[in-house]
Amino acid sequence: MNKLLLIIKREFIAKVRNKSFIVMTFLSPVLFIGIGVFVGYLSQMKSEQKKIAIHDETGKFVSKFKTDSEYKFINLSTLDIKVIKDSIIKEHYDGLLQIPNISNNLLLAKKIEYISNESPSVMFVSKLENTIAKELTNENFKAQELDTVKINKAKADVNISLAKATGEASVKGLNELKIGIGGAFGYLIMMFIVIYGNMVMRSVIEEKTTRIIEVIISSVKPFQLMMGKIIGTSLAGIIQFLIWAFLGLTALFILSSVFGLQVGATSGLEAEKAMKTAHAVIGSDIKLVLTELFDLPIATIIIAFIIYFIGGYFLYSSFYAAIGAAVDNETDSQQFLLPIIMPLILGVYIGFFTVMNDPHGTIATTFSFIPLTSPIVMLMRIPFGVPWWQIMLSILILFGTFFLVVWFASKIYRIGILMYGKKPSWKEMYKWLRY
Amino acid sequence: MSSILEVQNVVKQYGDYTALNNVSLSVPKGSIYGLLGPNGAGKTSLIRIINQITMPDSGSILLDGEPLQINHIGHIGYMPEERGLYKTMKVGEQCLYLAQLKGLSKTEAKKQLEYWFEKLNIQGWWNKKIQELSKGMAQKVQFIVTVLHKPKLLILDEPFSGFDPVNANIIKDEIIELNKNGTSIIFSTHRMESVEEMCDYIALIHKSNKLLDGKINDIKKKFRTNTYQVGILSTNVEGLMYDLSQKFTMKQTYFKSLNDELKLEINLGNHTPNELLHTLSQRGQITHFVENIPTINDIFIKTVTNQ
Repeated sequence: MNKLLLIIKREFIAKVRNKSFIVMTFLSPVLFIGIGVFVGYLSQMKSEQKKIAIHDETGKFVSKFKTDSEYKFINLSTLDIKVIKDSIIKEHYDGLLQIPNISNNLLLAKKIEYISNESPSVMFVSKLENTIAKELTNENFKAQELDTVKINKAKADVNISLAKATGEASVKGLNELKIGIGGAFGYLIMMFIVIYGNMVMRSVIEEKTTRIIEVIISSVKPFQLMMGKIIGTSLAGIIQFLIWAFLGLTALFILSSVFGLQVGATSGLEAEKAMKTAHAVIGSDIKLVLTELFDLPIATIIIAFIIYFIGGYFLYSSFYAAIGAAVDNETDSQQFLLPIIMPLILGVYIGFFTVMNDPHGTIATTFSFIPLTSPIVMLMRIPFGVPWWQIMLSILILFGTFFLVVWFASKIYRIGILMYGKKPSWKEMYKWLRY
Repeated sequence: MSSILEVQNVVKQYGDYTALNNVSLSVPKGSIYGLLGPNGAGKTSLIRIINQITMPDSGSILLDGEPLQINHIGHIGYMPEERGLYKTMKVGEQCLYLAQLKGLSKTEAKKQLEYWFEKLNIQGWWNKKIQELSKGMAQKVQFIVTVLHKPKLLILDEPFSGFDPVNANIIKDEIIELNKNGTSIIFSTHRMESVEEMCDYIALIHKSNKLLDGKINDIKKKFRTNTYQVGILSTNVEGLMYDLSQKFTMKQTYFKSLNDELKLEINLGNHTPNELLHTLSQRGQITHFVENIPTINDIFIKTVTNQ
């Protein structure tokens, strides 16, 4: 059998058989969902009801504050303000809303105070403000002798519904969905590159420290060993991703069948019918989201993910392999790893900040061609629709760069694996290139 | 006799440092060849070139008469000084993998493995991981991996380091048996006793240069000092000394013996041993008479320090 195949096979099996791989593959989706559910549960949880004292000298507003499960409003307008302040310090009440008796509404609006030990949440403050503002506005209307009933009638409520040129209905927040999916895949690819790149590095270091390296390279060429290692490890990564994709799609199909959506039969007519017969508004919204999900170029995304993963991973793991060969142990690798992590982080930042605002802008487009960031940035752009030629060009550049880098990396690797005892400098590694 | 390995004018430089300076040597087929030299002499550089791990800057290497090429890898077995195996891989799988890398088919590798596992009495280890084995046990596995593909040429770098005396003996016997069956063996070592015991030929490398090489007996003859160790019981020591000083130069020496005799180291000059014996026998009872044959250790130290 071809020696390269043998090495690939060994590296693949060594990775896949590793307990942490199995645990990661099957546990991390559960973990992810679990964390999501947990966070959702936490945010749903009702916090303890807070007692808010109101000292309303005007007597106009106190009745407008309605006690609910979160806040209990207590009218203490008759008490002395000092006493209430004391009881707040003693924590009998969580806060005090003090409305002074000022007849000028404009002045009054500036003089209202909220006193508390802990700073209140933004939501709560705006709730207070809204309640008072509404009342004051109504008074102002009356002062100007305007008919509040007519004004309310005249108010227009606009809710733009989104649709695609093909005529299908669309949900709001689709862009957020696309950003979410693009971001998730871009982030995933970064994680994969870092995790699997590190695996390559660790495996190189392991061969160096166990000294088996000399036995092996007396049988195969160092380049074969390095490539076999990179390819074998990447296969493990792809398998892991495919398992996740399979689990994810299965979950999606189960979810869609629960909501009675027929995948592939979401023609406009049926969608409309479904809309009309919608049992609940929420139900139909979820259906729409699911429809949009199925309409996204999922196949393109998955294929692109695999291609960009291979390209980006090959590129970066060549660096990782060279670093692994150059050092004696993992601690020494830190100084060389930083320049590798930087472009990855840059890619994620550009993805989250630039691509979201302007997926086809100059910056986003440029960085989706630069090979060190393209796997992340391009993947984040794909859900927004990227022309084929751009994807092809970016992949071409990526793989071209890979061949260049792997050539350099193999030179460092070849020398480095036989060097023991000293931590090399950048200068020294440059010298190795010319041996 | 033809050579299994011919090293011709090999030069290897790392940057400004010369690791091998125009080294030539020839390893006869079927021999056990000792490659000697202090640390950093260039032995490992030479071995790596023979294993095609690195390339010489100039010069050539012939294996069995052919210039070294990639498929020769399967004809060479190499055990590096720094032993290494995958710690978390099972013994059987690991051996199979390494054998296949040497070009053996899986079935052939399995067959050979079963033979060697039985021979070294380690059948039960197939599913054990290397990290579960002791150092000596791992060395046995390492040895099997080295010889599994029946190499024509076996290169062993410090083969006995790490073995306890019992296992070292087992491995030594295996090496001798392999040699008897036609395998040529290169030993790289500092341990002179094992060279003395096993090698037919040696080469001495020091500071990137080959200082001497050849058949061990020829080298010893070259380093012969023509001195004899003599023990004699004599009643007339002064007379004896006078007689001896007429023909020979001598000095007192020490060796272990049962008698309280006079112990001398005598240089023959251009006389024969018989003449010495004749002179001695006239003056007393000879208890000890043996030529001072230089040990490899002596030769090694002498050659290296003379440089």
